[in-house]
Amino acid sequence: MSSKKYIFFILFLFSGLEFGFTQEKSYQIELPGTTQGLEMIFIEGGTFTIGSPSFEKGRQEDESPQKLIKVKSFWMASTETTWNLYQHFVDRDIDENYLEKQDNALISLDIDAISGATTPYVDMSFGMGTDDFPAIGMTQKAAVQFTKWLSALTGNFYRLPTEAEWEYACRAGTQTAYSHGDDSSDLDQYAWYENNSQGKYQKVGQMRPNSWGLYDMHGNVAEWTLDQYEPGIYKKLNKLKWNKPSKTYPKSVRGGSWMDNELELRSAARRGSNPQWKMRDPQLPKSEWWHTDAPFVGFRIIRPYETPSQKEQEIFWTTK
Amino acid sequence: MKNSILQKKRRTFIKQTTLATTGILSATLPVRSFANVLDNKKLKLALVGCGGRGSGAAVNALTADDQVELVAMADVFKDRIDSSLRAITEHFDGKKKIKVKDKNKFDGFNGYKKAIDEADVVILTTPPGFRPYHFEYAINQNKHVFMEKPVATDPVGVRKVLDMAKIAKEKRLNVVVGLQRHYEKKYTTLYNKVAEGAIGKITSGQVYWNDGGVWVKQRQAGQSELEYQMRNWYYFNWICGDHILEQHIHNIDVANWFIGSYPKSAQGMGGRQTRTGKEYGEIFDHHYVEFNYNNGAVISSQCRHQKGCDSKVDEVLQGTAGKVEMGSGLMSDINGGELYRYPYKLGEEANPYQVEHDELFKSIRSNGVIGDAENGAKSTLSAIMGRMATYSGKTVTWEEALNSNHQLMPAEVDWSTTPPSLPDENGLYEIPTPGVTKFST
Repeated sequence: MSSKKYIFFILFLFSGLEFGFTQEKSYQIELPGTTQGLEMIFIEGGTFTIGSPSFEKGRQEDESPQKLIKVKSFWMASTETTWNLYQHFVDRDIDENYLEKQDNALISLDIDAISGATTPYVDMSFGMGTDDFPAIGMTQKAAVQFTKWLSALTGNFYRLPTEAEWEYACRAGTQTAYSHGDDSSDLDQYAWYENNSQGKYQKVGQMRPNSWGLYDMHGNVAEWTLDQYEPGIYKKLNKLKWNKPSKTYPKSVRGGSWMDNELELRSAARRGSNPQWKMRDPQLPKSEWWHTDAPFVGFRIIRPYETPSQKEQEIFWTTK
Repeated sequence: MKNSILQKKRRTFIKQTTLATTGILSATLPVRSFANVLDNKKLKLALVGCGGRGSGAAVNALTADDQVELVAMADVFKDRIDSSLRAITEHFDGKKKIKVKDKNKFDGFNGYKKAIDEADVVILTTPPGFRPYHFEYAINQNKHVFMEKPVATDPVGVRKVLDMAKIAKEKRLNVVVGLQRHYEKKYTTLYNKVAEGAIGKITSGQVYWNDGGVWVKQRQAGQSELEYQMRNWYYFNWICGDHILEQHIHNIDVANWFIGSYPKSAQGMGGRQTRTGKEYGEIFDHHYVEFNYNNGAVISSQCRHQKGCDSKVDEVLQGTAGKVEMGSGLMSDINGGELYRYPYKLGEEANPYQVEHDELFKSIRSNGVIGDAENGAKSTLSAIMGRMATYSGKTVTWEEALNSNHQLMPAEVDWSTTPPSLPDENGLYEIPTPGVTKFST
């Protein structure tokens, strides 16, 4: 090792901070100006089979054809995004802290130019709690905008996972119905769903994680992905890395929620959003930021190992 | 009575009577078929107050009945009329013909009269301070009405609405008020069970609207004080009435509805602790009120607009034999055992914002009379009483509130009007102070 490299290595070892290069290990996002953090788990890229076999119990047509998919390395949040974190995006009350990070930033964005969610007219937690509970009821556009805002704040590129990345992470190397196996009776150890949720979402990260350290991939809240939901999309899903939305509905949501049964929690299960999720929004135009009738949908963020070009970043952050 | 459907109804009635007396048709057709003569009439709709809620209500009305046509729109601001019309047109995406002639778009403070003149049914969805005057005009012109809550911001306005409510009833005009819990199946189901005595006699309750608050509009360069207040209306009492009225009325109204009467007195406390910037005008950020009812029931009411605190929007009532929680739809006995749980199915529930318009048009078509205005006015007064109590720090009785000459809203407003509350040299408004603030009685 040359002396120059050696010094660099030492610096790396003694620094808790991230420099202009990335680390192949998990890390904690510290949100400037708050006590909030988020654990980012390193997910080694690889190849996996998306979709489910015809014999899987509860399998739907949109889970076929099964396809071998290559996924690049990324970090994924160990938990769903909580209200504690999401509220800072809604309130935009810590934006002024973002400048401090710019020296080490991989990306640079004007935080003031990022549009923010409107204040909802109703209590979007529906009385189910906010501290350490998953944020819900945001539109996919709002979730995408959150990742852009978080990127501006931290200087790293964050986005929603693609459907393929989500399923890869959920499966954690398995091909069974759930990441713990095929037996849904074991779900009680891993997931909040219809049978055990007592009619509400639960605090994140309480159940057992999957073998890659990700909590609540099955259940609690269903999670937004980047993709337009399209039943037969797996046929095209080799050349196409993800199905970029060309319209607002339907977009793909994965993992099932506290309201769903065990079959809807399967690793391969898919669901599309629809306009009914805003049914009781009494305003016109209906909010671009909130789904008044989707207390089951939330999201978790990822960060690709390789930070894409500025142009590509914008593609991930632009949605319908 | 230009454009009035009353006239048409009367003519129809005479015709029907003539037919009926001949004894030919009456023997073979059910009575309902006569009412159906009205069914094909095109009903003209006017929208007064073209914000997000007004535009949403217009869509609800146009969806409720195939033969409804939006003919006129009024708003203080022309840009709101244009954006509203655009949104409504886009919503129907060519499936419904939306045509409002340019000459039927009325901006300014007095455009409402001309818009109402054009219609059979009117939607009144401006900020609440204007409502009594708009409602008065609409009823005097024999129009059916959908109006949003609250229906006034001061007792003078409440009395006007109560007077017009009586006249509306006499004229057999339908009035629906946007206290949409009355049109939500979960609430009506629970109400029926409570009315049948499922939890005994109601003795106490807690009603809540606690959350982080609503939108705020910043002052723009070149705006007059009046225009600024009209844009940022939530924070000015003459037009909004404070959030204890503008939002929390929903929850207080549920208590009134289930108890079956209105509070005889109110006492409470409130203030402005975290939302203190000048952009938040003159309203409080929290109120806590005890409402006392004639039957001895006490309702604790809390509303809070403070970020970072627990959120809760709900109504809970205790009776001599049990308890009902509206949010969860759970009814339990005195020992906590489950009596009933409303079988809520997400996505399968009817949208109460739509139902209230479905009911309105159904009633118009069948010559019925819905009279929501009286309750709307009395629940409005209940919340105003609460506000009077928290602002003054004194007990306020129903009679005091009802007969008070406390008037925030000028009877006439135009662009030369000076708003009742003005900022000091630092841009700050006078905030009510308990123990100091008084009300004329």
